[in-house]
Amino acid sequence: MTGGRTLFDKIWSSHRVSAIDDASDLVLVDRILLHERTGAVALRSLATAGRRVLAPRQSFVVMDHVVDTRPGRTDATMIPSGTAFITATRDAARAAGLTLFDLGDAEQGIGHVVSPELGIVLPGATLVCPDSHTCSQGALGALAWGIGSTAAEHALATSTLRVKRPKTMRITIDGELDSGVTAKDLALHLLSRFGSSGGAGHIVEYAGAAVRALDVEARLTLCNMATEFGAFSAIIAPDEKVFDYLKGRRYAPTGAEWDAALVSWRLLRSDEGALFDAEHRVDARDVAPMVTWGVSPQQAIALDGEVPDFANVEGRDPRELHDRALAYMDLRPGVRMAGLPIDAAFIGSCTNSRLSDLRRAAALLRGRKVAPGVKAICVPGSTAVRAEAEAEGIDRIFRDAGFEWRESGCSMCFYAGGENFGLRQRVISSTNRNFESRQGPETRSHLASPETVAASAVAGAIADPRSPL
Amino acid sequence: MLPFKSLTAIAVPLIRDNIDTDAIIPSREMQSVSKTGLAGGLFAGWRYRPVGSREPNPDFILNDPRFAPAKILLSGGNFGCGSSREHAAWALAEYGFRAVVAASFNPIFRSNCVNNGIVPVELERDAITAIAASLGDRPDSRPVTVDLEACSVSTASGSRWTFGIDAEARQMLLGGMDAIELTFMRQENIAEMRAADRNERPWIYL
Ligand code: SF4
Repeated sequence: MTGGRTLFDKIWSSHRVSAIDDASDLVLVDRILLHERTGAVALRSLATAGRRVLAPRQSFVVMDHVVDTRPGRTDATMIPSGTAFITATRDAARAAGLTLFDLGDAEQGIGHVVSPELGIVLPGATLVCPDSHTCSQGALGALAWGIGSTAAEHALATSTLRVKRPKTMRITIDGELDSGVTAKDLALHLLSRFGSSGGAGHIVEYAGAAVRALDVEARLTLCNMATEFGAFSAIIAPDEKVFDYLKGRRYAPTGAEWDAALVSWRLLRSDEGALFDAEHRVDARDVAPMVTWGVSPQQAIALDGEVPDFANVEGRDPRELHDRALAYMDLRPGVRMAGLPIDAAFIGSCTNSRLSDLRRAAALLRGRKVAPGVKAICVPGSTAVRAEAEAEGIDRIFRDAGFEWRESGCSMCFYAGGENFGLRQRVISSTNRNFESRQGPETRSHLASPETVAASAVAGAIADPRSPL
Repeated sequence: MLPFKSLTAIAVPLIRDNIDTDAIIPSREMQSVSKTGLAGGLFAGWRYRPVGSREPNPDFILNDPRFAPAKILLSGGNFGCGSSREHAAWALAEYGFRAVVAASFNPIFRSNCVNNGIVPVELERDAITAIAASLGDRPDSRPVTVDLEACSVSTASGSRWTFGIDAEARQMLLGGMDAIELTFMRQENIAEMRAADRNERPWIYL
C-alpha cells in the first residue's frame, strides 16, 4: 500500500500491546481521568474485587458533575444524594492513592477544562475518562475518548483497554471563518450538515486552514462536540500553538524531557498521502453563527434562519421525530430564530466556559444589561478560569450586566433532579446537548456560542452577536 | 456475568432513533454510588406519569402487561447516545433485558452492554420493523429468539436474520467473562511494553 500514515495510526500503533481479534486491539492507556458521578463506582467495584490501580500517579480525579455551583458551597448538593457521590469519590480516590482536585482546591473544575489546563493531557498520549465529552481533549493532539465505568475499572487495573479500532475520517475546513463566527458555530454547522451519526465509528481528524487558525481553547470547543457527531473521538494534529500552550503547565514535561517530547510531538501529523476511510471538505466561509431549534444537536440552523419545515431538512429524521421536536420546543416551521423570546441564558460547560469564551461574552456584555425577566448564569469551567477572569475584572462585567457569577462545575449543563431552569423554560445555552429535559424538566434548550448567549441575554430573545442591541 | 448462548423471550418494540442514556436512566434516578437499585428508574421519564412519580404511565409500552416480562428490546438508530453513564446498561440488565436489537448503537453504550451481559444486536431497520410486526397483538405468545452462537435473530413465525458482532465481544458474552481477567492473562506483555515505553516517553510516567 502506498501513502503515508494517519495521525491516528501513529498514536494507535505506538500504544498497541497486542491484537485481540480482527476488530480490536489491547492498547496502553497513559492517563485516566475520573469524576465523582461515575468514578466512585468504578473505584469501589475495583476495590471490592481485590484489584488495585496499576499506575495511580497517572490517574486523576475531579469533582465537577454534581457539585453545587452557588457561592459559598459545601459538600451539600442540590442534586438528590449528590453528597454521597462526592464523599464516596473522595474516600475512594484517597484510598487508591490517586491525585484528587477537590472542592475548595485551586485546581477544581470540569475535567475537560482542568486536564488541558494542568498539562495532564499531552500530544500523542492516550487518555480515557468515563465521560462522553472526553473527545474534547483531542484538541491537543491526544487520543482521548469516553468510556463506561467497567472499562474505567479495566483501565485502572491494567493501564490498558480493549478497544475496537475506529475507522478514520478527515474533515478539512478550508478558508477562514468570518469574524464573529466561532468554533461552536463550526461544530453546530458540521452537525447540521453531517448529522448526529455522521461520525459514527470514526476517529475524526479536523484539519485545514480554518482549524489551524483556531487557538487551543477554540479547538477544545470544536472537538468537544465530536460525541454529538457519534464519533469515537476527534483529534487535531498538535502544532506550535499547542506546545506553547502546554509549556510550563504542572504535569507537562520539563527540561530535557520537554525537548525530547517536542521532537516526538512534531512528528504527530497525518503524512502526505495518508488514506482515510472517509474524507469531507468544508468551506469555512459557509459557516454562519448557528443555533439549534430542536432536541438533537444536528437540528441546528443559521441564526438568521427559520425553523425548517420537514420537507426542507435532508431526510435524516423520520417525520415523526421532526414533529416531536417541534412540539417539544413549541415551535412551528417558518418561525424566525432571531427574535424568539427566551427565559434564561447559560454560559458554562466543557464546551464553552474557558477564559477566551468568557472574555468574548464579556465584550458583548460590557455596559449592557440582561433583559428584564431573563435568568442569566455564568459558570466558569474551572476555579482557575474563574480566578483569572476575576483578575481581569470579567466577573464585574457579568455581574453588572445581571448575570449570576458562579463557582465552577457542570452545573446546569445537565439536570439530575437538582437546580434547573424550570418547566418548559426556553434557554439559550453555550452547552453541547439540547436533548429533551437535558437542562431541566421539559426545558427547551437552544445551543449556541457564548457570544450568542450573551447577546440574547441582553436582547431577551435569540440575537445575533454581530449586531447586538 | 451470566453467559448468553441463546434466548427466546418476549420482545418489546420501542422503535425510535436517538434514544439517549438519559432517557434510559435519567440522571436524577442515580441516587446511590452503586451499580444496582436502578431497574425502577429505567425509562423513568416515559414510564411514569407525572414525571418524577412512580405512577405507571399506561401509554408507555413497558407498562403494557402483554410485554411483561420482556427480555429483548427493539429500537431504532443511534441507541444509547448521549452521556456515557454505564447506569443505562446496568438499569436495562437489572430490569431483565438480555439483548437490545437496534439499527445502530452508540459505541460507548455498545461496549457497556457487552461488559454487562447484554447482547447488542445490530440489524437493518426493515428487519427490526418486521420483527416488531411479527409480535402481533400477542407478544407474550410470539416470542423472539436471539441466538448468539448462530448470530441470528428469529421470530415465532420462522423469519430469520443474521447479525455481525466482534469476535471478542461474542466470546465474552458467550462465556460470561470479565474483560479484566482476560487482560490479566497478558500482564507480562503489558509490563514489557510499559517498560520500553518509559524509555521512549518518560514524560508519560509521572
Ligand atoms: S459540562 Fe456538561 S457535557 Fe461537560 S462534562 Fe459536565 S455535564 Fe458533561
